[in-house]
Amino acid sequence: MATVHPESLTAPSVDYRSVTRDVAAVPLAFPSPRAWWIGFGISCVGVLIFLVSAFWLFYRGVGIWGINNPDFWGLAISNYVWWIGMGHAGTLISALLLLINKGWRNSLNRFAEAMTVFAVIQAGMYPILHLGRPWLFYWLIPYPNTMTVWPQFKSPLEWDVFAVGTYLIVSVLFWYVGLIPDLAGVRDRAKRRVWQVFFGLLALGWRNSAIHWQRWQVCYWILAGLALPLVISVHSGVAMLFAGGLEPGWHTTIYPPYFVLGAVFEGFAVVLLISITLRHAFRLHHLVTDRHLDMLAKLLLAFGLMTAYGYLFEGFGAWYSGDLYERQTLQDRLSGDYAWAYWGAIALNFVVLQACWFRAVRRSAAALLAIGAAVTVGMWLERFMLVTTALYRDFLPSSYQAYVPTFWEWSLFLGTIGVFFFLFFLFVRLLPMISMFEIKEVLQEEARGGHRAAPS
Amino acid sequence: MAQIFSRAADTYLRVVLIGLGLLVVGLLLLAGGLVRSDYLTGVGKQIDQPVPFSHRHHAGQLGIDCRYCHDTVEVAASAGYPPTYTCMTCHSQVWTNAEALAPVRRSLATGAPLRWNRVHDLPDFVYFNHSIHVQQGVACLECHGRVPEMVRIYQAETLHMSWCLDCHRHPAPHLRPPEAVFDFDWRPPKDAEALGLRLVAAQGIEPENLDSCYVCHR
Amino acid sequence: MAATREIRDRLKALATGRLEGRSGRAYWRSLEELAAEPAFHDQLLDEFPSLEPVLGSRSRRDVLRIMGASLGLAGLAGCDFGPPQEKALPYVRAPEFEVPGDPEYYATAALLGGYALPVLAETHVGRPVKVEGNPEHPVSRGATDLFAQAAVLDLYDPDRSGATTRLAQISTFDAFQIDLIGRARELEGRRGSGLALLTGAVTSPTTLRLIERARERLPELRWFVHEPVGNARRHEAARLAFGRILDLHPRLDRAEVTLCLEADPLGPGPAQVPNARAWVDQRRAKMAHGELPKLYVLESTPSLTGAKASEALPAAPAEIHNATLALAQHLGIGGIEAPELPLHLRAKVLEIALALERSGEAALVMPGAHLDPQLQALVFRINQQLGGLNRTLVATLPVEARPEVGENSLPALAGAIRTGEVDTLLILDSNPVYTAPADLDIGDLLQTVPFRVHVGAYQDETAALCPWHVPLAHPFETWSDGRAVDGTASVIQPLVRPVRGGRSMHEVLATLAGEPQAEPYEMVRATWRRVLRGRDFEPAWRQVLHDGFAEGTAAETQSVEARPVEAPPPKKPGAIEAVVRPDPSVWDGRFATNAWLQELPKPFTKLTWDNVVAVSPAFAVEHRLDNGDLVDLSAGVRRVRAPVWILPGQAERTLTLHLGYGRGRFGGVGSDLGYDAYRLRTTDELWVIEGMIVQAADASMPLASTQEHHSMLGHHLVREIGIGELAAGRSVVPKEHHRPTLYPEWDYETYAWAMTIDLDACIGCNACVVACQAENNVPVVGKEEVLLGREMHWLRVDRYYSGEASQPHVHFQPIPCMHCEKAPCEMGCPVNATVHGPEGLNQMIYNRCVGTRTCASYCPYKVRRFNFHDYTADEPPTLVARRNPDLTVRARGVMEKCTYCVQRISAARIEAKKEGRRIRDGEVVTACQQVCPTRAIVFGDQSDPDSMVARAKASPRDYALLAELNLRPRTSYLAEVSERPAGDHRLEGEVREF
Repeated sequence: MATVHPESLTAPSVDYRSVTRDVAAVPLAFPSPRAWWIGFGISCVGVLIFLVSAFWLFYRGVGIWGINNPDFWGLAISNYVWWIGMGHAGTLISALLLLINKGWRNSLNRFAEAMTVFAVIQAGMYPILHLGRPWLFYWLIPYPNTMTVWPQFKSPLEWDVFAVGTYLIVSVLFWYVGLIPDLAGVRDRAKRRVWQVFFGLLALGWRNSAIHWQRWQVCYWILAGLALPLVISVHSGVAMLFAGGLEPGWHTTIYPPYFVLGAVFEGFAVVLLISITLRHAFRLHHLVTDRHLDMLAKLLLAFGLMTAYGYLFEGFGAWYSGDLYERQTLQDRLSGDYAWAYWGAIALNFVVLQACWFRAVRRSAAALLAIGAAVTVGMWLERFMLVTTALYRDFLPSSYQAYVPTFWEWSLFLGTIGVFFFLFFLFVRLLPMISMFEIKEVLQEEARGGHRAAPS
Repeated sequence: MAQIFSRAADTYLRVVLIGLGLLVVGLLLLAGGLVRSDYLTGVGKQIDQPVPFSHRHHAGQLGIDCRYCHDTVEVAASAGYPPTYTCMTCHSQVWTNAEALAPVRRSLATGAPLRWNRVHDLPDFVYFNHSIHVQQGVACLECHGRVPEMVRIYQAETLHMSWCLDCHRHPAPHLRPPEAVFDFDWRPPKDAEALGLRLVAAQGIEPENLDSCYVCHR
Repeated sequence: MAATREIRDRLKALATGRLEGRSGRAYWRSLEELAAEPAFHDQLLDEFPSLEPVLGSRSRRDVLRIMGASLGLAGLAGCDFGPPQEKALPYVRAPEFEVPGDPEYYATAALLGGYALPVLAETHVGRPVKVEGNPEHPVSRGATDLFAQAAVLDLYDPDRSGATTRLAQISTFDAFQIDLIGRARELEGRRGSGLALLTGAVTSPTTLRLIERARERLPELRWFVHEPVGNARRHEAARLAFGRILDLHPRLDRAEVTLCLEADPLGPGPAQVPNARAWVDQRRAKMAHGELPKLYVLESTPSLTGAKASEALPAAPAEIHNATLALAQHLGIGGIEAPELPLHLRAKVLEIALALERSGEAALVMPGAHLDPQLQALVFRINQQLGGLNRTLVATLPVEARPEVGENSLPALAGAIRTGEVDTLLILDSNPVYTAPADLDIGDLLQTVPFRVHVGAYQDETAALCPWHVPLAHPFETWSDGRAVDGTASVIQPLVRPVRGGRSMHEVLATLAGEPQAEPYEMVRATWRRVLRGRDFEPAWRQVLHDGFAEGTAAETQSVEARPVEAPPPKKPGAIEAVVRPDPSVWDGRFATNAWLQELPKPFTKLTWDNVVAVSPAFAVEHRLDNGDLVDLSAGVRRVRAPVWILPGQAERTLTLHLGYGRGRFGGVGSDLGYDAYRLRTTDELWVIEGMIVQAADASMPLASTQEHHSMLGHHLVREIGIGELAAGRSVVPKEHHRPTLYPEWDYETYAWAMTIDLDACIGCNACVVACQAENNVPVVGKEEVLLGREMHWLRVDRYYSGEASQPHVHFQPIPCMHCEKAPCEMGCPVNATVHGPEGLNQMIYNRCVGTRTCASYCPYKVRRFNFHDYTADEPPTLVARRNPDLTVRARGVMEKCTYCVQRISAARIEAKKEGRRIRDGEVVTACQQVCPTRAIVFGDQSDPDSMVARAKASPRDYALLAELNLRPRTSYLAEVSERPAGDHRLEGEVREF
């Protein structure tokens, strides 16, 4: 059951006490305030930008954007897909690796899950923001009304509502349940009353009793079991929003797996970015070791290659179908007005990625940081390309029309990024960002496996 | 180390959590109730009119037919409001100096129309046609209630879309022989059920198509 | 949905003295400026009399104001929270037979260039909302052109002049009359010498009679006629050829081989509707016998006729001139000196000549109305030579009053003013300062005339130079009359009391004739006692009012013989020539303030809100010009800066200038649009300007075109079948075998509405687009929004080119909603706002729409339109009264699209139900179908095998657009028919994208 590995997952120096000390120290006695405050300040500006953009949007309507006929969706939807994609790696890492008992996840899962939750929140906002009449968004929810009209359950968009909603709830629960033991741990180390009460309430009176642990285990595993299929269903649903239409470049069966893989790929890239940044910022090299990065890099490579296969097959499908319009769109992606997006995606997603074949690269934080950033941008380009190239030239040449996002579309995007970081900064400030007890589990395993002296 | 929380803390926490849950459910129920309440539907709300016109007196006690004033109800979408002239056909003879009727006389003199407050006011995106309902045997009573007993006219039904659909989906129980449409004292026969179905067949009413959106919305 | 809220906003706005700021789009920006003016307040008060003591309603013409009142009060009440307490304002005295909510129809007529096009006008409680063609009338036959459709919008145009002004100060009509009466007395003393009238083309018997009356009193009155785009040269040609002035009518329904020399019988103009109908009748008749009439067109710039021609040859005006001579020569008409002609043209002329000779009496050669009269006369001679004269080309007595003055009328007036012979000038419904040739300096001359009066609908360029300005009532506002192109006389009856307080031209003329008190109604009746001579007047009059025209008043046909005329000398081709044409949307500029027409995509360029200089692709390459590049045009001392547009099929070294733009500041809609081509015309170069110098101004401007692409990129969107194949019983596509589908099959117990559009008959005239806009309250969005690609037209006419860019084939394809059986939009909508109806309509429910735009993204035809902004709320309040009350006004954030005019279907269904019967075939007529001059659109119940639409769909030409998607659209197309033996020849070859 234990992963017996020639190499320890954490630095030799690490023992139970040090783990708790190091991790709990972050919320209780915040080590690096300056950097945090700067970052937090910037993210607050982002939040402000978001609020302004959203207000103006509601006041004047989606007309302030660059969308038109035929480009009815534009940035709003491609950003939605991008954000929801980001929200996949977290759950996948924790849930999947938990279920198959890959201990190394324990250093990463906490903030990966946080990332998931915050990203899904951004994604959840977009479909509402992009509505023509956002104040009527609740019509998307089935409830007994005086019109006796229900949502249209054949619509992929309707299913997205459920999928994203469920996914958000489950990820939040999964994340929170995972936090409880650590919250208790921090509570017990807290000296100041306010922290004691704060963490005390969040810990829901966790007393570390065996029965607690036993119930917790069951609950946590059930949630993991729930979360995993959702990862697949959510993004498949998102993919159906496109595949469901007849638009050339959308109407293909490969879309669901293609989208899910792309999403996980993107997610891992962001996890890389975050873990590297955090371990640097809070000097957690002994908890998030190069070996973790190596693992992540391998996963990134794997999913990247699968996504690349999706690209290839999409192209092949278009060609093989013999459908004039499909071929036209393919050609248009390669050489049309938005070819920059296509080739940008190829370069940033797959060309750069190949560096991960090399062990040295996989263990160099700097290199991985660069690759992670490249993929994050690359996947955004891909989402933009998929949404735009299908719409701006579909069937009748008479309705061809280019799409140029306006300031307000960009500002809203920037705003959501701001909100994301705002939440994330609060998270690292207030909560144990690495799972202490789960690392201890690893230590235990390794001790039992004889890779290190039994921790005292 | 001192305890942070009292022994009862867990209980409080549970109560609070459950309470929150109940609160959410309660609010939803409240909202649901509110939109169906007379307060928001306006059922029974009596609005002041420029002239204290009593339907009970005119339609009830005097037994004036609806169509005497609402004269386009059988031919047009709108039942029509009576022009000042229609009022004066009688009131040039009776109650000629009644204070209450001053606005009517003024209207006639100045040519300025009377300004009634609408009681049954459907949204602008609903296209209700009186003539076809009357022709198909839907009585005034069905939607307007017992007008001959109303002193000040008021809304008797919610006018919710669901209320419209109830009848559009199951018209039979709401139908009468055309001659009984304006009769507020009509009593359904014993075989009301069968009669309804007969009428549906006779009038060529297609309940299966009557809930299509374009029947009312355009 | 938004109606009452809008009014409320307007009234709030009124209170604060300004419309709330929805800026950003020039179209409305200027409106806001307007709102700051006190005049605008008065106008709003007119609109909502509730704000002033209501005067009471004596007739249906007053109801407009009452309507305003009810809406207005709804608004006032609505200032508190929640929905407003709506008021109901019944009549005081109900007009007889008026049923609130039911439309009433009145027979009247719309005017273009003086000619009447009889229409039936639909009014709702007194508000004119829409016009339809007059089915009984020989010219209209139920159809109208785009101008007639748009006329109803002018009625509510806030920019129309609303007050009599003296020296730009608000005055009264009475004050004017007093002044004029005084002047008239004075003139009487000298028998009217020094008095001059300037009018546009006049066909109105009453106007004519009143001028005669005036002449009796003032015998030396001089009457000049100036119609910017008129028949002067045609008349001059008739005088040369036949010794007297006549109208000449092409009989396309009799012609088997037609040659148009710059002539555009299917193009916009008073004769478009009858010509188009005749053309299509003949084409269909021949088609039934497995043949096609031949139509050759020699043109310097693409025309609708050229688009439908068997062969359209672009050629420079000079070449066309020479080709005509060559043709005459070939047909053995003497006294012609051999013209030089490029080889391909010479060969073509030969071929055409033979074809014409072969068809003999069924041959028709049409000269352009603006060609050199001598040349036109020669063409009449050619027709006689061929034997077609009096058969395919029929002469009648002129319909216009006083045509003899001709094109020189305005120069003559100028001359008279210069020599001081004119001291009193009445300008009636004419705008010479804007439309006169540049070399006349008419503006300066005018100001030397002591007593000047301008009677016109707008405070235009001429009004600015006239001490007196009298607002002219819209034809739908006052009693008048007029004649159609065939001479049939119509009474024009008012539908509503003048919205802006305009006066009838008759009142002014009557004042001059010494009858200041005369009422237009009485004046018209007096005239018609003459017109209806020999009949019992009252019944006959009532009959005319009912029918909209008087039977048997058509102009008398004359059997003519063309005498030999001296042929004009050949021309020397080569120099850059510019041809001048009226704008297809705003004509000579008279529709400049009509938002519908401004936003109407022009047939070939698909441009809105601007006019351009059309250049040929070759010319563009040679001068490195791209669409929108500005060039400086100079002819002599006259210069104009204008944007170019590359137009396939344009003659290589010919530019085309369109009139009607460059007005500077002209109302809320018409301001600062395009360039003024009038500035380049001179009295002797009105239609062709030779030796034009073009200089690129290395600057460019954005032009709002609704279709950026030319070609079908190899897709079979427009299909074609050879007449041979058709005769052989082949069909354009294998008859539709339904491919399997995962979606459930619908069953339709009642009706199955469907439409076919005959691409062979469609001439791309755009009438359907405007009709749809009027019927369905389609908002206007303004140039900036069109540039963004947000035009709202429910029905658009796509234009494709095939073949060579230098001589392309043009294809028009109207695209409404296809009402798919398996509609992707229905699957996409998450809130059930667009669903499949029991009669197969793809229903769009605005009030349920939340605006996810999934339906539109999924729509392969991209026929769905989205309200990106609150377009309807941005419309001027005066236009609110114009709206068709039978369908919802769409607010911000909702999707909309063609509904097959569901309001008309519902009305018919309710009527049928009341009478306990099925809806009859042809009982439901969509707006686009009704207006179409060539009857290209057929609508009906396809489940009834005998219905017109079912029969149309059975045609071998029937095919579905994008059939491969298996959406089973209810709208299908009838393929074009060509002489070519087989296949899609004309559709092959891609026109390079520019």
